[in-house]
Amino acid sequence: MDPKRARESPESAVLSRPSAFPDEVLERILSLLDTHKDRSSASLVSKAWYHAERWSRARVFIGNCYSVSAEILVRRFPNIRSVTLKGKPRFSDFNLVPQNWGADIHSWLLVFAEHYPSLEELRLKRMTVTDQSLEFLALKFPNFKSLSLLSCDGFSTDGLSAIATHCRNLTELDIQENGIDDISGNWLNCFPDNFTSLEVLNFASLNSEVNFDSLERLVTRCNLLRILKVNKTITLDQLQRLLVRAPWLTELGTGSFIQELTPRQYADLETSFKGCRNLQTLSGLSEATALYLPALYPACANLTFLNLSYAALQSEELARLLAYCAHLRRLWVLDTVEDKGLEAVGQNCPLLEELRVFPSDPFDEEIVHGVTELGFLAVSYGCRKLRYVLYFCRQMTNAAVATIVRNCPDFTHFRLCIMNPGQPDYLTREPMDEAFGAVVKNCPKLQRLAVSGLLTDLTFEYIGTFAKNLETLSVAFAGSSDLGMQCVLEGCPKLRKLEIRDCPFGNKALLSGLEKYESMRSLWMSACKITMNGCRLLARKMPRLNVEVMKDEESNDGQSYKVYVYRSVAGPRRDAPPFVLTL
Amino acid sequence: MSPPLLGAEEGGTSDVTKVAGSPSSKDSPDGLGLGLKERNYLGLSDCSSVDSSTVSGQSDPEAQNNKLNLKATELRLGLPGSQSPERDLDEKPLFPLLPSKDGIKTVVSGNKRGFSDAIDGFSDKKWMFHSAGTDEGTQPLGQGKFPANAGPKQPATKEVPAKPLPERANGINPSRAANNAPAAKAQVIGWPPVRSFRKNTLATTSKDNDEVDGKPGPGALFIKVSMDGAPYLRKVDLRNYSKYYELSVALEKMFSGFTIGQCGTNGTGGRESMSESKLKDLLHGSDYVLTYEDKDGDWMLVGDVPWEMFIESCKRLKIMKSSDAIGLAPRATEKSKARN
Repeated sequence: MDPKRARESPESAVLSRPSAFPDEVLERILSLLDTHKDRSSASLVSKAWYHAERWSRARVFIGNCYSVSAEILVRRFPNIRSVTLKGKPRFSDFNLVPQNWGADIHSWLLVFAEHYPSLEELRLKRMTVTDQSLEFLALKFPNFKSLSLLSCDGFSTDGLSAIATHCRNLTELDIQENGIDDISGNWLNCFPDNFTSLEVLNFASLNSEVNFDSLERLVTRCNLLRILKVNKTITLDQLQRLLVRAPWLTELGTGSFIQELTPRQYADLETSFKGCRNLQTLSGLSEATALYLPALYPACANLTFLNLSYAALQSEELARLLAYCAHLRRLWVLDTVEDKGLEAVGQNCPLLEELRVFPSDPFDEEIVHGVTELGFLAVSYGCRKLRYVLYFCRQMTNAAVATIVRNCPDFTHFRLCIMNPGQPDYLTREPMDEAFGAVVKNCPKLQRLAVSGLLTDLTFEYIGTFAKNLETLSVAFAGSSDLGMQCVLEGCPKLRKLEIRDCPFGNKALLSGLEKYESMRSLWMSACKITMNGCRLLARKMPRLNVEVMKDEESNDGQSYKVYVYRSVAGPRRDAPPFVLTL
Repeated sequence: MSPPLLGAEEGGTSDVTKVAGSPSSKDSPDGLGLGLKERNYLGLSDCSSVDSSTVSGQSDPEAQNNKLNLKATELRLGLPGSQSPERDLDEKPLFPLLPSKDGIKTVVSGNKRGFSDAIDGFSDKKWMFHSAGTDEGTQPLGQGKFPANAGPKQPATKEVPAKPLPERANGINPSRAANNAPAAKAQVIGWPPVRSFRKNTLATTSKDNDEVDGKPGPGALFIKVSMDGAPYLRKVDLRNYSKYYELSVALEKMFSGFTIGQCGTNGTGGRESMSESKLKDLLHGSDYVLTYEDKDGDWMLVGDVPWEMFIESCKRLKIMKSSDAIGLAPRATEKSKARN
């Protein structure tokens, strides 16, 4: 063997020979790779693999739309059919990012029209999408099939009309929780009479009334429809008529679940639900009361995901419903079910993996109700497979959390929100450090963590020491000094997203992560003790990072900033509005 | 199971009870027999040990109590210009403060106190002072209209949750607005981290029920329920019930220790399940009675009017000590007679 080659690794020795596989075969093999991680890894093996991978890639996921430009994207991946883009920082969901911040899809669409004319799928999260963009999308991409918009803004139902009118091959229209202009429900009428390809329709979060006849005809002729989530304007008897047309639905979002039904109507409803044997996901149920919930029971046998987060159920209603849902893996509820309801969860759903408890009255301080540590405990005793929890509560103890994670060591996502900022353990009055210490010590698979309550630097020491798989961390009203943030930046090798608000972390903390930020997707800090100089220093030392600063309007001292730091190969963004300063 | 009905269509039947979600009477107080420890939120058993004279700043508690009890019994409904307790926040300067009550310093502002203030300012004793129920601390919410009582006490009662009892204490306002902040709640922006969409959706649902003049929508009808001596309010959805008995049972569960007494209902589905004579039994027999604030802002005894009329006009519920409500019953009936 050539001595030079002998010193190379065995793999590269093999691969630096002319490839044993023709490129087409290599591409074919690599095209079977699904996940982005696998594909990224494959592309790093060698030049041959890099090219084979890029030619064979059909789906691309971009977690931060400003980390790369459309031009770079199309240059590397010529055959993309599906694009997923995420735009604004997550805290924009909570009004921490001003309007017109950016993340507009249009410039991407212009490039796609030229390079990806066969684009089939677009999935956007926290992007700005205008009606003009939607019309452009509908007209320029004849193969377009699947549109999913989650937490986006900037468009109206007119844009949806354009999609319905022109996308002849549409299989999916998924509109979720967007801040849009809901002018009318007429968009639904725009689907042509000969349009039959729809498989997924989700308009649950739109408020305008749609023409029920149009909807019924649409559901009737689209016999591939498997996911249907209607909005609140659809009544129970209308729902019943839809269900008889599409009993093979796998996911159903009901409309309003309150109505005065005649006995006959109720019986029909019950029968229709009985006919839905394939239902895996159920949601909607707004204003559901105990009166009609029993109609659902027959449809629950195969349910794996039950989303009751818009249905203010009481504990007993939930308990009765759960008795029919033994196979549940994911459950979202409102805290109106209270601890008793959660006890029922623990007793009825041994397979549960994910629980989200949302607050029904997050801003009404007068009322004290909801869930406490007891409910969470009850679930942990009954659902040992729990791995994802989002829990809003008004009181918690260190001891309870310690027990919970002993019961459920498989947590991958632990998001605990004690709703009063900086609230200690309500029994011992101590900080909640030990709670999160227990979480990171007991749950080695932890990927995502959101902390709350009164927390000192000790929490972050624990995180830095133990949370070796942590990728996402959300912090608010916590910590005592720069040391806290430093511990995390130095201790968590897999950290990708760090979002911080209202913490006493300053420039020292910010700058301690200099080496780190390029391996992360992004950092957000607001209402902390960062100064402009700190940001400037960071920007100067790390030219491949975009350091964007906004003045914090809500702060009292006028000195506080919102800082968004992210790695990018596209350089500083060209569409930054005046209030965003890129250093 | 015969299909449930929401009322008028085919006449109420006893079937409605089954499906209306009312807890069956045989359920143990701790719910579904789940072994939940019954929480003594109200510390009622401790009542006897309350020494009301230990409240700071009280010069002559006995006299005060007597004086206010008299005032309580004199209370008439519908004093002109009076409003329900929440809205009194804006009228605080009009309320002549009983000087001794200034021991609770945020009384004037009627706002949430800082966390440390709440801790310092309250002791269990003070809270139990409220729970004894005979004090002005809890009366005003019931009477609502009597300025002398409503002003100082109502915010204080709201403040109580800061640290009532170990089991149930929670720091509602650890870092909220300072003592004398304006009445509007100082909300932290973007906290709790609930998505705007969800926030708006839930707000729309409950907003229907807070309107003063609007009719209740077809949706859920959440109204606040408070109880004398209880450190916190609850919310119930009146649409969950179709008769008074169901509501009573549900409230009973919510506020353990509370009894509406023999809320004599028969299962024949009559819309009225309480009659005037039964009210008297009620008042004699039990410790607490259920009252409600109607659209006009008057406090009435629950049970006087047909259920449908009740849910349309009920804005807020209050569980009052029956001794405080003695003045109410005849008036309520008179008023509804006058209306009809």
